[in-house]
Amino acid sequence: MIGAQILIECLKREGVEVIFGYPGGQVLPIFDKLYDADMRFILTRHEQGAAHAADGYARATGKTGVCLATSGPGATNLTTGIANAYMDSIPMVALTGQVKTHLIGNDAFQEADVTGVTRPITKHNFLVKDIQDLARTVREAFYIASTGRPGPVLIDIPSDIQQQDIEFIWPQEVKIRGYNPTYFGHAGQIKKAAKLIAQSKKPIIYAGGGIITSGAHHELRELAERAKTPVTWTLMGIGGFPATHPLALGMLGMHGTAYANHAIMESDLIIAVGARFDDRVTGRLDAFAPYAKIIHIDIDPASISKNVKVDVPIVGDAKNILGQLLQEIKKTPDTQDWFKTIDEWKKKYPLAYNYNESARIKPQYVVEQIFEVTKGEAIITTEVGQNQMWAAQWYKYLHPRSFLSSGGLGTMGFGFPAAIGAKVGCPDRQVIDIAGDGSIQMNIQELATCVCNKINVKVAILNNGYLGMVRQWQELFYKKRYSHTCIYNPDFVKLAESYGAVGIRVDKNEEVRPAIESALSIDNTVFIDFHVEPEENVFPMVPAGEAINRIIDGLA
Amino acid sequence: MRHTISLLVENKFGVLARIAGLFSARGYNIASLAVSETLDPTISYMTMVVEAEDEKILEQIKKQLNKLIDVITVMDFTKKEHVDRELVLVKINYSAQEKAKLEALVGKYLAKIIFHKGDTVIIEAVDEQEKIKQLLAGLEGFGVKELVRTGRIAMQY
Repeated sequence: MIGAQILIECLKREGVEVIFGYPGGQVLPIFDKLYDADMRFILTRHEQGAAHAADGYARATGKTGVCLATSGPGATNLTTGIANAYMDSIPMVALTGQVKTHLIGNDAFQEADVTGVTRPITKHNFLVKDIQDLARTVREAFYIASTGRPGPVLIDIPSDIQQQDIEFIWPQEVKIRGYNPTYFGHAGQIKKAAKLIAQSKKPIIYAGGGIITSGAHHELRELAERAKTPVTWTLMGIGGFPATHPLALGMLGMHGTAYANHAIMESDLIIAVGARFDDRVTGRLDAFAPYAKIIHIDIDPASISKNVKVDVPIVGDAKNILGQLLQEIKKTPDTQDWFKTIDEWKKKYPLAYNYNESARIKPQYVVEQIFEVTKGEAIITTEVGQNQMWAAQWYKYLHPRSFLSSGGLGTMGFGFPAAIGAKVGCPDRQVIDIAGDGSIQMNIQELATCVCNKINVKVAILNNGYLGMVRQWQELFYKKRYSHTCIYNPDFVKLAESYGAVGIRVDKNEEVRPAIESALSIDNTVFIDFHVEPEENVFPMVPAGEAINRIIDGLA
Repeated sequence: MRHTISLLVENKFGVLARIAGLFSARGYNIASLAVSETLDPTISYMTMVVEAEDEKILEQIKKQLNKLIDVITVMDFTKKEHVDRELVLVKINYSAQEKAKLEALVGKYLAKIIFHKGDTVIIEAVDEQEKIKQLLAGLEGFGVKELVRTGRIAMQY
């Protein structure tokens, strides 16, 4: 069997259903074998789209996403998507062609040192220099990508290796001596945590993406309900706890709810689960949660005590540890007074915006209406900027893997290809990209991918004619000097139509809901171009570097 | 403060680059580095001396090293009983009048003269860092022409 065939055989045995990618000179043998293979292949229009689609597929399904590109520019075009998956701990295997082994290092045509380029943005990477190593490498790559703290793994395969012929041997076992993730929490630490919980008066659960990754949402809910503890979450943790639950405080941090931020600042115990105390969450670090003891549950020991000092570190898988913790908790804290205080904050500082029926459409209203129409059952992807924050604040997520957003890297252009990946993985769900007019243009070429493959996603463009989040910062911190943030846009309706998709333009409040309903009923990809209030800001907001209870609410 | 850390790593291409990259990406400096094969040819032994202002940074360095798939074990010698050595070669100006003085100095350390021709002498010393520092201070008076040294290697006892 030749290398290209071995590769495809390995992918099948790993359970791969679909590959997102783009052909090129150094992957011709692989594409030749794909021609006959029983393997779904989605041709994107740019390799970055392929990487984000594989990422979106992984986020929506929990399976490992796979993307494929040629050497040199094909591979470097994948890198933004790889870095994006790395920052958000998304399981992905990226396959790249490489120039023939004897040409490596010769500055050959379309050569780039791809393992060198991707070393700091992958969990691990491989250059296959011997055909004997190929099958084992693929096996190890999938194992590394999907276990422990997941992440992208890249395999660089020279084209001569793809053509060499050997007997195919599938390695039954994977054993990597330098890689042994911890899955269960240390019993002594769990006891300590249970004791702290019992003693606390103002506990709060701070849930991150680890809840989604490990599928710990049931355990999380049980812990919150049993210990009568409020739950706040990070951007990556959205969907890990139902937003409509009475114990839910919403997202915390820079654009979190005021009551979540006040609650964490006043708490006496933070139970952090699968979160990493990112700067967008903690604000000014030395002022963060001054009265709180911290229990930190994370599968990555390097995330613990990196930013804040932790009282009870517990390394392991969130689902396992919460299960262990639930068995250990006998006494639960009395949090009645704590909830009285929280309810006062909720009344005093609600999440709000000014709505006026006859004025221009508010972007928050669009997101709320998308929630109403879909009843919280859609998969929402986002771009990055104001659209992302409004999508996080105003849609009430009820299920894990329903909010797919570029958290760590903050990649504009992520949402649309990620929606494609999500729709491929979950064809029965409505998938909606909540986009900005700036972001959508960063991977707009993927309209062709949608139409050609009948991947019907809906894109709600919150069109304000600005690179809105940067404009907001310029307004608030740079004296309204709008340097290069007012943008010229195409006619998104005509643009969608030119690709064979459908475009709908919406200018008035009363048109918002019918437009969403109609878009969802159309059996095609639809761009809904919402012309919204141009200078609307995302509030609440904590200026960068401030303590997270120093909140600007923007409501005059 | 300087810390000595040893690693057992897979003996493969690119492993050193991963470790060096980890340090550079996070802004940590490697003061010295020694790499060699172990008795098991699939494993290499690396000893590095790293600068870390506080315990927190040192902990983070060790955790990040442990995360690398090709790193098998990480050992920190800071609080462990161990011996360590460095090797240094020093080329100095030599004059016959100073012969006795030079031999007396070299005799005080784990050092020897390994080359002598005309007015050039090369001295080899294998010792712990502090002793080597003292030797080098003593040699300064002779006029040091060139100096090369290896990274520190260490072993627990």
